Amino acid sequence: MKPGTTFAACAALLRRDLTLIWRRRGDALNPVLFALIVVALFPLALGPEPENLRRIAAGIVFVALLLSGLLALDTLFRGDYEDGSLEQLVLSPHPLALLLGCKIAVHWLTTALPLLVVAPLLAEMLNLPRAVLPVLLAALALATPLLSLIGAVCVALTVGMRRSGMLLALLVLPLYVPVLIFGAGACNAAQAGLAFAAPLLWLGAGLVLALVLAPLACAAALKISLS
Amino acid sequence: MNRLTLWFHRIGSPPTFYRIAGALAPWCFGVAIVLGAVALYGGLVVAPRDYQQGDAYRIIFVHVPCAWMSLFAYIFLAVNAFIALVWRIKLSEVLAMASAPIGAAFTFITLVSGSLWGKPMWGTYWTWDARLTSELVLLFLYLGVIGLHHAIEDRRQAARAASFLALIGIVNVPIVHFSVNWWNTLHQGSTVRLMGESHITGDMVWPLLVMALATHIWFFGSLFARARVGLLELEGGKDWAREIALADVARETTVAAHG
Repeated sequence: MKPGTTFAACAALLRRDLTLIWRRRGDALNPVLFALIVVALFPLALGPEPENLRRIAAGIVFVALLLSGLLALDTLFRGDYEDGSLEQLVLSPHPLALLLGCKIAVHWLTTALPLLVVAPLLAEMLNLPRAVLPVLLAALALATPLLSLIGAVCVALTVGMRRSGMLLALLVLPLYVPVLIFGAGACNAAQAGLAFAAPLLWLGAGLVLALVLAPLACAAALKISLS
Repeated sequence: MNRLTLWFHRIGSPPTFYRIAGALAPWCFGVAIVLGAVALYGGLVVAPRDYQQGDAYRIIFVHVPCAWMSLFAYIFLAVNAFIALVWRIKLSEVLAMASAPIGAAFTFITLVSGSLWGKPMWGTYWTWDARLTSELVLLFLYLGVIGLHHAIEDRRQAARAASFLALIGIVNVPIVHFSVNWWNTLHQGSTVRLMGESHITGDMVWPLLVMALATHIWFFGSLFARARVGLLELEGGKDWAREIALADVARETTVAAHG
């Protein structure tokens, strides 16, 4: 049998993953609910004074989205590993990195994009100044794909494990540190009335680098853990 | 094959390395303890008081060598991880995984001694300064490598996965350091330079350097001891490992018979 073109393979993979998620669309809301609840916990713990909340709002939204993304990471390869289609993906004649890139893109679209949509709501719950909101959204738009890409590499390393949740957090969170610093740093700078372009540009540079390298690293890691 | 490659291959074979490491490890520990004792004497007794920090500065004789070692061990880990992934050399996998817990221990000592020093000097045990934060992230990276290595059943696959993580981590360390540096910094600059003049008197430098040497030798002693165990675990089914195990059993039974 002659294999189809790489483009067709990617299109088929994208269609399949999107269909699978659409069939279980209720699950797609879970990361959003998680982020909402985490954000709601902070005023309960710190007290409802708007001034206090305003000062830390951007950081809390960032951390809530990061944790929510961390919990969603586990589903990236789990289903495919359990039904064996992940091994077929590795065996396919098409470049594995490209196929994984497609999977990561779908994962980002279905788990991180809904979070971006509710981010203004979360920010409003914490009284984030309106002027900072565009910076927060820009930082999140750059940071969430970066988090998905970095996370995918670590998920690929833990793919065969039964209980990988805590270990995955231990592997991923140190790698998330710079993203968090730049992302939340941009928001804090904007809130303090300082220049915020530099951290955003750094995030963009990191994203470009990760777009190229992370799928390759993810493919290498997957081959190690499926060997 | 020329002599150097031959020698290299021979060293790299597990039974040979097991024997050599077994012979070297006690010497490393002995020399490291003697050097460490000399350095501690030099640092705690001979070296003068600091005009500004008083006696509290003397923690640097432990803190700074351990901080150097935390980075050295990670670089050693990463180099071996790279060799293990590219050339699939078994010994490198074992060495990489053996160096992770030692590095983690040095990192931990660095953090603890640093906070003990920070309390009288900065008035706080912990601050979110660039070096402290990147050292903490380094500790988490070590723990991640160790955790991943323990979580996978197959020893070789575990070593390869953990090696891969270590390589990702080494990209991360400078980025973290840079980002936190940009974010916030309080830590004093380096006082010891390899090139040019150090900002520190000679009486303080020599104990520091001797201690650095001692920690390096200790690292290798500990590495050899751990690598021997790792090799035995990995090669448990092979003849040479079985011979060693049987010889141990035989010795124990004779001791028991005579005792």
